[in-house]
Amino acid sequence: MEENKEIAETSSITVGLEEKPESIWKSVWDSLKKNKAAMISLVFIIILVLVAVITAIFPGVLPHDPYEQNLAKSFAFPNAQYWFGTDQLGRDIFSRILVGTRVSLSVGVIAVAVSLTCGVLLGSIAGYLGGKVDTIIMRLMDIMLSIPSILLAIAFMAALGQGIDKAIIAISLVSIPEYARIVRGEILSVKQNDYVQAAKVIGDKNSRIVFHHVLPNVMSSIIVRATLGISSAILDASALGFLGLGVQPPMAEWGDMLGRARNYILSAPYAMIFPGLAISLSVLAFNLLGDGLRDALDPKSRQN
Amino acid sequence: MSEEVLLDVQHLKKYFVVEKNFFGQPTSLLKAVDDVSFQIKKGEAFGLVGESGCGKSTIGKMIVDLYTPTDGKIIFNGTDLSALSKKDRRKYCKDIQLIFQDPYASLNPRMTIGDIIAEPILTNHLRPKNEVEKRVEELLNCVGLSGSYRNRYPYEFSGGQRQRVGIARALAVEPKLIVCDEPVSALDVSIQAQVLNLLDDLKEEFNLTYLFIAHGLNVVKHISDRVGVMYLGKLMEIAPKGELYHNPLNPYTQALLSAIPSVDPNNRKKRIVLEGDVPSPIDPPAGCRFCSRCFKRMDGCESFDSILREVSPNHHVACKLYEQAGPGEAEHDKKEA
Repeated sequence: MEENKEIAETSSITVGLEEKPESIWKSVWDSLKKNKAAMISLVFIIILVLVAVITAIFPGVLPHDPYEQNLAKSFAFPNAQYWFGTDQLGRDIFSRILVGTRVSLSVGVIAVAVSLTCGVLLGSIAGYLGGKVDTIIMRLMDIMLSIPSILLAIAFMAALGQGIDKAIIAISLVSIPEYARIVRGEILSVKQNDYVQAAKVIGDKNSRIVFHHVLPNVMSSIIVRATLGISSAILDASALGFLGLGVQPPMAEWGDMLGRARNYILSAPYAMIFPGLAISLSVLAFNLLGDGLRDALDPKSRQN
Repeated sequence: MSEEVLLDVQHLKKYFVVEKNFFGQPTSLLKAVDDVSFQIKKGEAFGLVGESGCGKSTIGKMIVDLYTPTDGKIIFNGTDLSALSKKDRRKYCKDIQLIFQDPYASLNPRMTIGDIIAEPILTNHLRPKNEVEKRVEELLNCVGLSGSYRNRYPYEFSGGQRQRVGIARALAVEPKLIVCDEPVSALDVSIQAQVLNLLDDLKEEFNLTYLFIAHGLNVVKHISDRVGVMYLGKLMEIAPKGELYHNPLNPYTQALLSAIPSVDPNNRKKRIVLEGDVPSPIDPPAGCRFCSRCFKRMDGCESFDSILREVSPNHHVACKLYEQAGPGEAEHDKKEA
């Protein structure tokens, strides 16, 4: 006994001396910090969140009232007073973009949260239980996936009616299958692991095995997928807005602004360019952050 | 060692369905374990050896309820486990534990060592919550690790240390029987000896019974009291360790023993090299499973009913050579060989 103990302790020199080890999330953060693109994206996203929150609480900080129409000043070229110019109704595009941040971000986050929750639940049930339950759930998901998502979203909107809340529901519904699929696939591979078998041998119940042993090990790919999902939700919301199905006027939303300005693309391109840039940049930021997270969460790249 | 039987495995079978027809009926079966019976006495270490794919791990997994047997009984302490409902079976989790082969895969990478060892205690409500911490430390010390390691994650440990954690987890429920599924085959040779010694010490200390599964006779020799040799889902020979190593009767056992390298140049045995590959368990040879590769094959092996026969006290063999053999004839054969 004593001998064993001694050997075990001498062979653990590599482990280091401090009592408390680094948590996994600390090392993820360390490796994320080294990724410049991801860090710039993260800063950009934090700015977006701040803009969304501040414009909601203190509308006074906006240079102009985003809803105030002034037809005399319609299609003003970007200048010192109107940084991004004005639209067809003479509203300040810069202020409208700032206000629109709130809509786009909340659509992205809420839609992802809803679809992620449903997707993870369905995917875990299908993946862990397998058999007939798996077949039924996954065939349903396949049916939904077989219809182009934006078309399906439009169909849902047609059934539910217009409005940003309905757009969120439609976007959430159409992205459930994607999450369910990813989670199911990951669970299928994780549940083969010996530590899941060990939990069974110990006498753990299925629910505990799923929540304590399986899902935490699937978390990293879910987080990556969710970050990427926010960008596609923003894009979908913009597309619905562009088609006139999202927000109701006079509310400002990037896709809606883009859609309404497209008639004037030749005479006033800036009315389209800036909302378009806002969409592209925020989508790009979420994508890059998602990529960075994927690399940081990969245990192979983390351990060394 | 008492004479009381702790685990009695009777006619255990496990068939995996390889192919199904359109209506879901199996058309092709893989017979991983085919009619295996053996007993393990309280306090004994029973070794189970055989090549990869012979079904030895499948037996271990059926005993800990990771697989459901196709047929047969697993009688533990007088209770037939295979007949219990899932809920009732779970109560026996604290009596039968498993040590896994791969220490890198058997520990959840997201949990600390302390949480991994505490989990079986909490799941089975073995200690009040405030005593769990102390018990974890105690268990870590038992397996030769410092109690201060409990806040570390598995990736910070070496293979041997992880296997110790796996052993501590198995010990946490104070089991009566531990199934060791090739517990050292993933470790360095130098570490193998340490872990085997540890298992040996723990057996004495906690009055454990082992089913020790391994693919080589040399590892089993170290720890087992009795050894069973498996080939393609069947038991070929069961004998006390000394008897098996000095007087192997089944040709397959003889071949296995001859494959153990010897360090003593004056004591080099002639190695029996078997021809051909292990036949597929999907369509195993009729009669004796080993007949296609056996160097002592004779007429009638293809139709031989391969069941164990006691040829001398405690020495059971399934082989045509000893079909009618009483103990005397077995002796005779030994001299001849």
